[in-house]
Amino acid sequence: MTSTVTPVRSKRSALTKGQLPKYAPYAVLGAALIVGAAILALIGFNAFGWGVVSAILFAVGLVSWSAVVEGSRKAKDRLATCLVVGSFLVALLPLISVIWTVLVNGIPGLLNPGFLTNSMNGVTGAFDNKAVESGAPVLGGIYHALLGTVQITLLATVISVPVGLLTAIYLVEYGQDGRLARAITFFVDVMTGIPSIVAGLFAAAFFFVVVGPGTKTGAVAAVALSVLMIPVVVRSSEEMLKIVPNELREAAYALGVRKWRTILKVVIPTAISGIASGVTLAIARVIGETAPILVTAGFATSINTNVFGGWMASLPTFIYTQILNPTSPSNPDPSSQRAWGAALVLIILVMVLNLVARLIARIFAPKSGR
Amino acid sequence: MSKRIDVKDLNVYYGDFLAVEDVSINIEAKSVTAFIGPSGCGKSTFLRTLNRMHEVIPGARVEGEVLLDGDNLYGPGVDPVTVRSQIGMVFQRPNPFPTMSIRDNVLAGVKLNNKKISKGEADVLVERSLKGANLWNEVKDRLDKPGSGLSGGQQQRLCIARAIAVEPQVILMDEPCSALDPISTLAIEDLINELKDQYTVVIVTHNMQQAARVSDKTAFFNIAGTGKPGKLIEYGDTHTIFSNPVQKATEDYVSGRFG
Repeated sequence: MTSTVTPVRSKRSALTKGQLPKYAPYAVLGAALIVGAAILALIGFNAFGWGVVSAILFAVGLVSWSAVVEGSRKAKDRLATCLVVGSFLVALLPLISVIWTVLVNGIPGLLNPGFLTNSMNGVTGAFDNKAVESGAPVLGGIYHALLGTVQITLLATVISVPVGLLTAIYLVEYGQDGRLARAITFFVDVMTGIPSIVAGLFAAAFFFVVVGPGTKTGAVAAVALSVLMIPVVVRSSEEMLKIVPNELREAAYALGVRKWRTILKVVIPTAISGIASGVTLAIARVIGETAPILVTAGFATSINTNVFGGWMASLPTFIYTQILNPTSPSNPDPSSQRAWGAALVLIILVMVLNLVARLIARIFAPKSGR
Repeated sequence: MSKRIDVKDLNVYYGDFLAVEDVSINIEAKSVTAFIGPSGCGKSTFLRTLNRMHEVIPGARVEGEVLLDGDNLYGPGVDPVTVRSQIGMVFQRPNPFPTMSIRDNVLAGVKLNNKKISKGEADVLVERSLKGANLWNEVKDRLDKPGSGLSGGQQQRLCIARAIAVEPQVILMDEPCSALDPISTLAIEDLINELKDQYTVVIVTHNMQQAARVSDKTAFFNIAGTGKPGKLIEYGDTHTIFSNPVQKATEDYVSGRFG
């Protein structure tokens, strides 16, 4: 009788090679941090240098240990992993830093009572001086700027979405890659790269010619922003329309449906989720533009609900003016607090828009029904 | 509710390239006609010229006449949209509209053309079309679910239901079973047999057994070599084509000695 129990093998399988233990990366990381701290202590300690030196020590240590134990192929794999993770951390660093700084500096401003519901109308340097010297509450808020941003961006969207979507439809459905279509694609690409201040100057000059000198309203700013938005909308809608399968168009044609109705009823509904999220991302892209708004809408301290008349504040220009020209030049701290608060609101807006884009994509996506 | 098709001296070009040369064929009303032949010989291209669907492909054009009960499809002033509402088409891959429910897919031909239809009429039409496509019993409880949730064979039958809902005279089928399993294929073949009581059916297939099973007449297309135009080699009763063809090339192809 042979035993059915496999004997415990002391001999190593011929299929395995040397392997680092599971804890190896953590051990190397710990060692690298300690050695890094020691080296930095010799030449004067700072956190940034500690991170860089430790990262280099970690990569060198882990890769050479792996080369000795595991062989060159695994060592290369470890090196590539180190590079990929390292690049990721480097890319993440400014993002986290920005969010952290804005949160820390912005929350006091945001929590200030009336920050979201008051404008800067009537808030003078005297109030800020009093706030700093005798601890009175910081007055003034961003209501006018928030309102301005919403109005300007909304109008810019109303202008750009029809123009951009119809352009995309022409390019995909009717252009047939002809000379005109290729020219449009080329100029849309060029438009994508236009510096935002040039868009602002274009809008200002355009209204100078059409309406008259010194026209600064929210509508001018909206035109400037739509110059920036249109190429983004065209590009994203074009990509979305292109991935609608040709079979669906053919299916509609074969039912005797006209081309424009096919586009309206089959192609666009199929692509609508991508188009809508593309539009939302385009809005997020232009909502933080400062320069074009400065030269087209000026900056106001009071509420303006008429997008076609009078100067209009917006969040980016509010931040800009509060930092550059504090309400009280001798005590700039309240102004800076308001600016950080506005920056936080702007970031939250952009984040919400991104979430909305995802939500829209999910809601409109064709359902599989399984 | 069915018309005959007569094709006279038809040439099909892609740009300057002659894809199909000099085809003349008479397709009887209320019959099933199968097109067989090797890949790339122009069967599908030719099929598309029967309802002007080739015009969707840039550069494709046609010389010659296609007569639907005597009316030339390519006559001056003929609207391709009218042609296609008379001659429906079912494609190789099932392509129900992903944004629409099963019911809306069947009604697509009506609704997309913005024709007004009452709910009662729509219900009748949906039921009749789905019954006509042998799909009613499988989907009657989930008409409001998306069409893309059905199996491949059910989707293809949904596409056939969609095609017959616009009440065409002729139904063209471009390899309707090539993406389906044998059971779904059998269901479609049974359906084709029923469809010919009311419609003229033209089917392109790579499957010679299928052609032998479903069709009354068979047309064999062949190509002399790469870059040469496809030609109609032989056209006749399916039985004759498969058992006693006139042309040597046809005999080689149907007996599997091709190439």
